[in-house]
Amino acid sequence: MRGFASQTNWRNQSLKPFDFAFPELNAAALLPLAILAITGILALIIEMISPKRDNNLIVGISIFGLFATAVSIFTQIGNPAYTTGAGMIISDSFGSALQLIVVVATSITVLFSESYLREKRIPFGEFYPLLLWSATGALIMCVTTNLLMLFIGLEILSVALYVLAGLSRSEEKSEESALKYFLLGAFASGFLLYGIALLYGATGSLQIENVRLAWVQNAEGSRILIGFGLGLMLIGLSFKASFVPFHQWTPDVYQGAPTNVTAFMASVSKVAAVAALWRVLSETSNVQAIWMPALTVLAVLTMTVGNLVALVQKDVKRTLGYSSISHAGYILVGVLAGIKNHSLNGSATIPYYLLSYSIMTIGAFAIVSLVAKRGSENTRFESLHGLWKKSPFLAVLLIIFVASLLGMPPTSGFLAKFYIFQDAVRADMGWLALVLALNSAISVYYYLGIAYAATVPDTEDAPLAIVTPSVSVKVACALCAVIVIGIGLFVSPLMDSLNLPNQNVGGFETSAMK
Amino acid sequence: MNGVPLAAYLSLGLFMFVTGVVGVMIRRNPIVVFMCIELMLNSVNLTFISFARYSHAAQVSQDAAAHSAMAGQMMVIFVMAVAAAEVAVGLGIIMAIFRLRNNIDIDELNLLKG
Repeated sequence: MRGFASQTNWRNQSLKPFDFAFPELNAAALLPLAILAITGILALIIEMISPKRDNNLIVGISIFGLFATAVSIFTQIGNPAYTTGAGMIISDSFGSALQLIVVVATSITVLFSESYLREKRIPFGEFYPLLLWSATGALIMCVTTNLLMLFIGLEILSVALYVLAGLSRSEEKSEESALKYFLLGAFASGFLLYGIALLYGATGSLQIENVRLAWVQNAEGSRILIGFGLGLMLIGLSFKASFVPFHQWTPDVYQGAPTNVTAFMASVSKVAAVAALWRVLSETSNVQAIWMPALTVLAVLTMTVGNLVALVQKDVKRTLGYSSISHAGYILVGVLAGIKNHSLNGSATIPYYLLSYSIMTIGAFAIVSLVAKRGSENTRFESLHGLWKKSPFLAVLLIIFVASLLGMPPTSGFLAKFYIFQDAVRADMGWLALVLALNSAISVYYYLGIAYAATVPDTEDAPLAIVTPSVSVKVACALCAVIVIGIGLFVSPLMDSLNLPNQNVGGFETSAMK
Repeated sequence: MNGVPLAAYLSLGLFMFVTGVVGVMIRRNPIVVFMCIELMLNSVNLTFISFARYSHAAQVSQDAAAHSAMAGQMMVIFVMAVAAAEVAVGLGIIMAIFRLRNNIDIDELNLLKG
């Protein structure tokens, strides 16, 4: 009833909207974002000063900037959680861990990109600034519970990725993937924004945590707005995280985009989307009666459809695309279980899974990127034939990545999946855990297909398509393998150093894994 | 303006949004699809600005009301800026496709499937 009567009063009393105190800002929390964005600008300036030369200087600057960013994030770890900038940035160990994952994934992508871009005849120096800015957007999404920041971060991430997907301008596949990604991404942003608008209408604020309060206060009509608002927001985020049925763009874009961009997209973009999803869902956990059933259905669909469709694929990048969809489903199970039962350390399971998933996915894509030769690229399974003969080292690494994606011990992929399985069982979602286990069993077939393709010798019909790997590709892949095995063996030190709660795997972790 | 209730603005916003969604789904020209996406963003802007204008009265103090209204108005500015960035990138991609094949019909973009 206060509504329209008092509203006239407000207007007559003349609001003084610009009379705000400048919010307190903690520079340390903003430093990683600033360093990465400025590194991007520097890289672009270098490209403008000396265009069409080799990009080694730009690569060096990018790696250095990423390293500085990692250091500045690392100094944040261990501090008690705090918010800064009028609540727009939240600094906690979950956010810092995800930011580190983003930075590591971006660095490895930068490492193996140069030789691939050269071989594909698209050695544009603009690639690196765009990649760094895109990563900056992902960093923002990891550390905010403000819907405006979430939206800005998402768009910084996405707009740069639209350009990167279409980087190979003379290739129709690349342009087609860019257009599909762009149209569906912008479409999804529309849903996300309309959801944010409705939540704003219900709460009068852009902070997600106010949704919780507004739901408890239960003002007239606000629950309806919150229901629709959250629903639309989750549709928007589901597009980004590629949950079925919002996944149609994923395989197309993963196949058409340049392989290094695909690797970046599959890792960083998913980390950011899951971070946003976790923030939104855990802040609105008292509204879970609304979203829990819907997201459970999405999780089952995502795991099952992703794996079943992957079985019939003939293209490696496309198969890995469907594999990433099914992994998104596994992560969603972990997110739901972690929020349903807060005592479960979901905020440790999710970063662990994302780290393991990002690194093994990038490693696999880095090896697939070797099939690009003199401007052309064919990524069917046959083109991997002969990898064993060409470079046994990389073939072994590919088998390690595939084993980890599949979830075989002693790789981190196994432990990550095991933690999610365990969380699901402990959160009384046993049947969801069962679906996860069945899906892992299905996925054996196509993952083994990739490993098999790499060990078969090349034939006369399918001559060797793989270029001689450069040192940087080897280093990048070796780094991925070390991380994939290392974080599988040393879970406790990792969790300690990231200030995340240790996984309690009842005797299993303490005896065998320490 | 007092005569126009909040519900009227919200209904118009919803109508524009639905029009945009339907347009994205049925039109085959990427430029028209993109125009429909812009329509969705504009409906979001209308919704934000009308909420900012009308619902700040529910806040506890005048200060909180001013903060609340500002949040919605700033969001509109940022949405416009982002939409402009998307236009630049999107039209660039459409141009690149047109140069490659002299045709931008979405149904004929079917290299990627399986």
